[in-house]
Amino acid sequence: MTPTEPAERALRRTVPWIAVALALVAVVYVRALVCTPVEAVQGPAQKIFYIHVPSAWVAFLAFGIVGVTSVVYLFIKDPRLDLFAACAAEVGMVFTTAVLVTGPIWGKPIWGTWWTWDARLTLTLFLWFVIMAYLVLRGAVSEPGQRARYSAVLGILGALLVPFIHVSVYLFRTMHPLPVVLRPGRPTLPGAMLVTLLLGFAVFTFLFVALLRYRYLLARLADVRTQAEAERADA
Amino acid sequence: MGELLRVAWAVAAKDLRLEFRSRTAFVSALVFTALVLAIFNFARDPTAVSAVDLAPGILWITFTFAGMLGLNRAFGLERENRALDGLLLSPASRTALYLGKVLANLVFVGAVEAIALPLFALFFNVPILPVLGPLVLVIALATVGFVAVGTLMSSMAVNTRLAELMLPVLLLPFLVPPVTAAVQITAHLFSSRPFSEVSGWLRLLVGYDVIFVAACILFFESTIEE
Repeated sequence: MTPTEPAERALRRTVPWIAVALALVAVVYVRALVCTPVEAVQGPAQKIFYIHVPSAWVAFLAFGIVGVTSVVYLFIKDPRLDLFAACAAEVGMVFTTAVLVTGPIWGKPIWGTWWTWDARLTLTLFLWFVIMAYLVLRGAVSEPGQRARYSAVLGILGALLVPFIHVSVYLFRTMHPLPVVLRPGRPTLPGAMLVTLLLGFAVFTFLFVALLRYRYLLARLADVRTQAEAERADA
Repeated sequence: MGELLRVAWAVAAKDLRLEFRSRTAFVSALVFTALVLAIFNFARDPTAVSAVDLAPGILWITFTFAGMLGLNRAFGLERENRALDGLLLSPASRTALYLGKVLANLVFVGAVEAIALPLFALFFNVPILPVLGPLVLVIALATVGFVAVGTLMSSMAVNTRLAELMLPVLLLPFLVPPVTAAVQITAHLFSSRPFSEVSGWLRLLVGYDVIFVAACILFFESTIEE
């Protein structure tokens, strides 16, 4: 057995997770198109909401994970935490991009403009910039310990920054639709739409977990392989 | 506490003495500021947009860019001959070292701002004298937050590839809250609207300063330990 074999096997076992998650995304979308009523005012454009909102939830979840693992990393200095934070940032980047792409596609027919400097758009855009800075910083530091410390500090400061950006863009007027589920009182969304949306949340979270797991195992495999090569070079 | 400030001042005095003797960074930052202000004059259509409408934005973009030039210098200075190792070996605490760097940067950026402000008033014909008190307060609050975060970011950026490019990529997202607040308050001041209208922005600015100065003091150690 080569030293990289257990890591390779774990990686292969994660592939079905991703396949199942993608299939479920398709199921949710078929439900959204076929079994969920068309919104009275917005018409079919509203269907993108079932991708947009779950992606936004996952984007913020990923960012939260980066923040929390960064704090813990600075205390216990376990390199696996650093690797995990980096993978969460990378996968989160994909979902943040999905939010920023689907938003304007909906905004054009409904708001009449691709982009507007609304509170939530701006917040997501800067979330994207912070994650991008995090990834760029990781690419620009070669020493692993230093890279881990730097990115942990940036991860924590970025998490502190998000509420401040939210407040500062909120002091401008907002035109984004208000929350329909997580708000005081009962959800305002009709039943069938709510079920589809909640399914979307569950499925997108599962897709995120599957992708994160795959990405993390891949990074571990790369580490093991580098180590094995170094040992072979020594021998 | 007194001891901490004394050591911090010693670090800052060292940096400022170095800068005072060469004056290269200061003079370049000043010339840069004057150039940016002059170029902005040509970035608008004078028949369509009045200078006062653009003035707050111009002022803060100029300060942001000029500040960023100064920040790269703070730790770039210590890279030569690995001077940072000497500082780390000295009995100075990490907090004192950070505060000293912040202090030196504040003096540097503050001096550039002090010269740029009258120049700005002259170029864009903005009456700053009637609102000088509140304006200086806003500049001071925004500069403290900006320099506190910028100093921490520059301590990381100097050790990366493409250091000069890395600092703005890391720092600019963090400047959104303080610079937005500063621009809004400045705009209110220039149009002589009541100060009470901007109390939300002012609270945001103070909150930002408190949270980020504390966080940067706390995490600075993690960026320099070996």
